[in-house]
Amino acid sequence: MRVLVIEDDRETAQFLQKSLKESGHTADLAGDGETGLGLAGEGTYDVLIVDRMLPRLDGLSVIKTLRSNGNRTPVLILSALGEVDDRVKGLRAGGDDYLTKPYAYSELLARVEALGRRTVPEEQQTRYSVGDLVLDRLSHRVTRGGEHILLQPREYRLLEYLMLHAGQVVTRTMLLEHVWDYHFDPQTNVIDVHVSRLRSKIDKSFDKPLLHTVRGAGYTLRDGPD
Amino acid sequence: MTALTERIIKVFSTTAFRLTAAAVIAFVLAAAALAWLLFYQTNTILTEQVLGALRAEAQLLRTDALGSGTEAIAAKITALSQPGGAGLYYLTDSSGVKLAGNLNRLPPELNESPQGGVFRYSPVRGAGERLAVAIPVDIDGGNKLIVGRDIEDQRAFADAMKRTFLIGFGLLSLLGLIGGLAFSRFTLNRLDTITSTSRSIMAGDLSRRIPVEGNGGELDALAQNLNEMLDRIEGLMSGLREVSDNIAHDLKTPLNRLRNSAEAALRDPRGGDAYREGLERTIEKSDELIKTFNALLLIARLEAGPLQESLERFDLGVLVDDVAELYMPAAEEDGFALTVETESGVAVMANKQLIGQAVANLIDNAIKYSRVSTKEGAIRVTAGRLGAGAVISVADTGPGISAADRERVLKRFVRLEESRTKPGTGLGLSLVAAVARLHHGEIRLEDNHPGLKVDLVLSERVVVDPQRGPAREAGSPALVVAK
Repeated sequence: MRVLVIEDDRETAQFLQKSLKESGHTADLAGDGETGLGLAGEGTYDVLIVDRMLPRLDGLSVIKTLRSNGNRTPVLILSALGEVDDRVKGLRAGGDDYLTKPYAYSELLARVEALGRRTVPEEQQTRYSVGDLVLDRLSHRVTRGGEHILLQPREYRLLEYLMLHAGQVVTRTMLLEHVWDYHFDPQTNVIDVHVSRLRSKIDKSFDKPLLHTVRGAGYTLRDGPD
Repeated sequence: MTALTERIIKVFSTTAFRLTAAAVIAFVLAAAALAWLLFYQTNTILTEQVLGALRAEAQLLRTDALGSGTEAIAAKITALSQPGGAGLYYLTDSSGVKLAGNLNRLPPELNESPQGGVFRYSPVRGAGERLAVAIPVDIDGGNKLIVGRDIEDQRAFADAMKRTFLIGFGLLSLLGLIGGLAFSRFTLNRLDTITSTSRSIMAGDLSRRIPVEGNGGELDALAQNLNEMLDRIEGLMSGLREVSDNIAHDLKTPLNRLRNSAEAALRDPRGGDAYREGLERTIEKSDELIKTFNALLLIARLEAGPLQESLERFDLGVLVDDVAELYMPAAEEDGFALTVETESGVAVMANKQLIGQAVANLIDNAIKYSRVSTKEGAIRVTAGRLGAGAVISVADTGPGISAADRERVLKRFVRLEESRTKPGTGLGLSLVAAVARLHHGEIRLEDNHPGLKVDLVLSERVVVDPQRGPAREAGSPALVVAK
């Protein structure tokens, strides 16, 4: 995946470039809004990471200009500003996701990969499958190895999101945001309990586990070795 | 300049005085116009009356003179001219020689106006000149007769009237101006107090307040409002001080622990493995710090001013159901029976995320603090209308909070001794309280016999009344975000 990081703090930018490279992506850097806008305008990137406060041209203006030029590259906004009104402003300006500093790199990576995957119109699929686990979006039926699994509505949506991002790491915050639509910190890890209930339904009576915990990051649904 | 002249100049330059002076001038002008009109009308009527009487007499004399000789007329005029009579007469022959009458000479003023007019004369008896009006009488035989009336009394009346009006107006203006001066002096005194108080407040003494006289007047209302504003500012300032004190304690301590654990890992003789463990611990501890920091910033942000961008309309019951559902498995895992009961159709215009966060904090607290009691706990979450507003309640059967501590736990970082060891930032309830305040509501802690019941009360301004359309809250001008 080609990522453009528009961030004025050199240390942060270089950390991101190095880390993304280690995760198998390539990253270009832009130190100010104007340079960033110029590079992003070429349209060769899969994801843009844009800091909100930038010299010359601020992050939101960069995104607004890109969007008004018809550029639809997914944008992850990075900001030190809190999450109350700022988040709403960021998404309204055309950002696709919003991450508040300080963040964990695993969180950023998961979100960048989720955004990069977005360009593939997978959301239009009516049937997802991972291994022998199948989710039918029309009948809302979940089966594993042909065996019907009964899920609560919330468990179904949790699994649907995990399957949509099959093979990727999905963080707890991402689950909270997309499955529950909450943008706040629920203090204790309530998400873990929901995931473990889902796991007990889809994995427990089967030999091969599909829902894996990624230590320090979140969860991933995949058919393969641990 | 002396203090007195300065003070007087100040009084004259006050708005109150200038307004009073303008009002007095306007009143005097209006009264003068009225007086002039009254005077003019009275004069005209009196003059008309005199002229009317003169014309009638002239008519009578002309009729008498018809056919009678000059002597008869002279005799008649002489008779009429007796002292004590009301009229003035002057009869001459055609050559201008006086034949009869009580005027000494033909008034020169009348020579110029053949129609008659006003003139001055000296009465035969008595001194000084008096004012009179006369008209010529057209009689036969070349003789000339002038009939007049003394109008000196009328003039004296008019003069008296003028004097009265002038003195009256003078007094009136004077009184008005004195009143204006007194009024502006009074307001000035009050305003001086307000000015000096605000000066000493600016100098740093935030505890000063403007004296209120208690008469319920506008200035009292102003003083009261200013005092309330000062109370709010003082509260914010002390909140700020408290925050910095708290930051010093509750952020520096974990920072120090973070540093200690990194140092300990570096010193560990095991090397590689120890470093890894140490770094993992460091990340864990910094995550906790970030949580605390975020909560602190959020509270500060909420207290600084309302939020405009993120208000949305949603069903309160649905949100509370949702958040409770999020915690349901965790509560069950911990052996709690979490029950939810919400009234449907309570639409509110509020910040959904913040209300959600507040409800989450309350349920999280209920689970966390009920855990200590060994018996089976029950947590009951309810939401519904309360009068014109709404209320969300979370009740647990845990140890509760003693009445004495209830006020205290709403403060930032306050964690009662018995809960110091539990995970958490100590900001949960203060965040809930800040969210409540932001939505014009409050948070109430009550005894649940046993346990704690927390009510998050939302003001009627937040509730959307289906009968009256959107809540007033939506776009109210008071909502300004501090940029």
